[in-house]
Amino acid sequence: MENPVQTDRNPTVEAYKTRMRGIGKYGIFVAFLLICVVLSVVTPKFLTVSNLTIVVTQVSINALLAFGVTFVIITGGIDLSIGSTVAVTSVVAASFAHPDTYPVLVPILTGLAAGLLLGAFNGLVITKSKVPPFIVTLGTMTIGRGLALILSKGRPVSNLSDSFNFIGGGQIVGIPTPIIILLVFFILCSVVLKKTVLGRYMYAVGGNEQAAKASGIQLNKVKMVVYTLCGGLAALAGILLTSRITTGQPNAGVGFELDAIAAAIIGGTSTSGGTGTMTGTLIGALLIGVISNGLDLMNVTSYYQQVVMGIIIIGAVVLDSLNQHKN
Amino acid sequence: MNPDYILTVHGLTKTFSGVKALDQVRLKVRKGEVHALMGENGAGKSTFMKILIGLHTPDSGEIIFEGSELKASNVNEVLKKGISMIHQEILIVPELTVAQNIFLGRESKRGLFGWIDEKSLNQQAAILLEQMGVTIPPGAQMKSLSVAEMQMVEIAKAISNDAKVIIMDEPTSALSEKEVATLFGIIKNLKKKGVAIIYISHKMDEIFEISDTITVLRDGKYIDTKPAAELNTPSLIKLMVGREIDNMFPEPVTQKGDHVLSVKNLSRAGKFSNITFDVHAGEVLGIAGLMGAGRTEIARAIFGLDPIDSGEIYLKGKQLIIKTPQDAIRSGIGYVSEDRKGLGFIPGMSVKHNITLASLPNHTKGLFIQDKSETATATKMMTDLRIKTAGPDQKVTFLSGGNQQKVVIGKVLLASPDLVILDEPTRGIDVGAKFEIYKLINQLVAQGIAVIMISSELPEILGMSDRILVLSKGQQTALLTREEATQETIMRYAVH
Repeated sequence: MENPVQTDRNPTVEAYKTRMRGIGKYGIFVAFLLICVVLSVVTPKFLTVSNLTIVVTQVSINALLAFGVTFVIITGGIDLSIGSTVAVTSVVAASFAHPDTYPVLVPILTGLAAGLLLGAFNGLVITKSKVPPFIVTLGTMTIGRGLALILSKGRPVSNLSDSFNFIGGGQIVGIPTPIIILLVFFILCSVVLKKTVLGRYMYAVGGNEQAAKASGIQLNKVKMVVYTLCGGLAALAGILLTSRITTGQPNAGVGFELDAIAAAIIGGTSTSGGTGTMTGTLIGALLIGVISNGLDLMNVTSYYQQVVMGIIIIGAVVLDSLNQHKN
Repeated sequence: MNPDYILTVHGLTKTFSGVKALDQVRLKVRKGEVHALMGENGAGKSTFMKILIGLHTPDSGEIIFEGSELKASNVNEVLKKGISMIHQEILIVPELTVAQNIFLGRESKRGLFGWIDEKSLNQQAAILLEQMGVTIPPGAQMKSLSVAEMQMVEIAKAISNDAKVIIMDEPTSALSEKEVATLFGIIKNLKKKGVAIIYISHKMDEIFEISDTITVLRDGKYIDTKPAAELNTPSLIKLMVGREIDNMFPEPVTQKGDHVLSVKNLSRAGKFSNITFDVHAGEVLGIAGLMGAGRTEIARAIFGLDPIDSGEIYLKGKQLIIKTPQDAIRSGIGYVSEDRKGLGFIPGMSVKHNITLASLPNHTKGLFIQDKSETATATKMMTDLRIKTAGPDQKVTFLSGGNQQKVVIGKVLLASPDLVILDEPTRGIDVGAKFEIYKLINQLVAQGIAVIMISSELPEILGMSDRILVLSKGQQTALLTREEATQETIMRYAVH
């Protein structure tokens, strides 16, 4: 019998292409380093320990939000409600953080609970109703904002305990606590994504939902966990923010969801699902932070900064799309 | 050159990634005739028609339409010249009205700004529908119509396009008997006006009722063209399947064991009813039938992808309640879908991750994946199945169809099933890879796994199965032994 040779692509060529894609993946890292180099040349203030510490501290809140939304986007979803979750958490945590009332653990836990609940609510509605996540979380965004205003009667919640304010404003062995929190959760989220069954299932659900289902993966369970996790990370960002500004702010976090989504996308997470890494998202968040810091140092007004940021987001996605079409 | 022929095709060849879908196909269609195009699933009918309407470009060959060569590369151009197709899945805009759908893209305009003249659209549509003898209000929204009515609107659209050749692909698959009669009335009217119809259908009785000439394709090749009057059902089936079984299939190693799966009176409304069969360990049960006979639907129901309305499923004597694929996998049922891209693999994931996806809990400690054990298992399966890749980390999307299929089979096998359902396991993969899949099926059987193989390719069914379940329109019409089964008997029961 004739047994024709399989018309496979040449494995060596394929391996080479895979490697090239790998380099493409680091493109954002290279861009980040380049921008840092340029900024250090242009403004001598940029490359100082104190400035870089400020940048990372500022980035930490957006990065935490972006980690959560990265999980969601990898499963093929989106979460627009995290900015409002920040506000709800901020108000809730602050209400329990007045001096000489509760131990510091209480505002932290109640804040987290608020965020997890909002996230679980998103997950529940999305899995039970089959309404697109965009719509559901858009609704939750408005609900959350309303809740924050109701709970605080529209006023900032001030007079917070020192121990609570330490979370966002303190230092441990000379390192600002937000940076430590950022690193811890970066490692945790990376491990969840790369080393656990849950992480693998996230990629599977986002990569091909029907095939994931046919492989015995419970789609609803994965989505439920992912949205809850995203709410929890948003709560953490909210607590950090509240502590840094030493007030519970019902108006906090407006538009934060867009910065977080931008960080994830700049970092290579595809909005169609199935791809993305925490390292990419962290670099995306750092890139956003470094650019706005650099523009600040160069005395560029925030109006222009927004234009620059928009161009970078579109540029990152266009590059990524070109890269994919080439393959 | 006979001027009677409105459409002449010869030497048409089309290759998809190395596989010849069409090989030197020819066709001659006269004005005002109904020309049936027959062939098994995969014979190349759809590809042929897609080339005719300009969806695909042929590698070589010539299409002569009304005396001049048709060299159009897009659907609109072909449409304007007068070739229309009524698709199997009706293409309509549900929110628009009947008239708006008929004249979509060719609206008559009025005035300075080119407002659409709805009134004239409706009038034209009304005249058209009346000529066809159907009563559908031109102002009705498309989505309010029945499938049959939608089809009539599609035909009206083709007529309004001044179609000289209308291709109908399984037009009666969703119609009631009465509606079929109406359709045939319209077809006869069209014939009188000199319109030629290329008619594709699996229903033998229809073919002989409506067609004047029959052309048969097989394996992408032209077989014969005959006047319908010179053929009957058996002789036509013989033309369609008439190849000899070659030595494609490795020697079977059947050691029939105990009952593995028993299905009793399984029904799902509108899909299949009262399906009852057993599969034994070490046996291949083939399921044959035409497209839409309910083969895949039964597999999906057993695997928990679709619900059942009634009936019982037993695995090794124990009754199962299967609600999700997860239930099925845990009970020991594996399913390799016909829809490899849609249900089989995650394209952006590596071979390794795809292959372990259904059995990942076997490689975990607590929440964490044990990379070493996962890699070892995946690599072993890749070697066993001879999956050709650059390595376990290569993405599945870059593999050939045959290797992708092996990845899916590997995934299913790693969940250690007692029963494997293979739905069109060799669809779209080349001959060499097909042979390997067949060998693999025999290996599974030798290990005492029960196999259900659904296939549209009769030689494959005959070559691989110990017993063959034949379905027709959701009913089981025969359960044949290997000795009883021939291509002709299977086809006879399949068109039952």
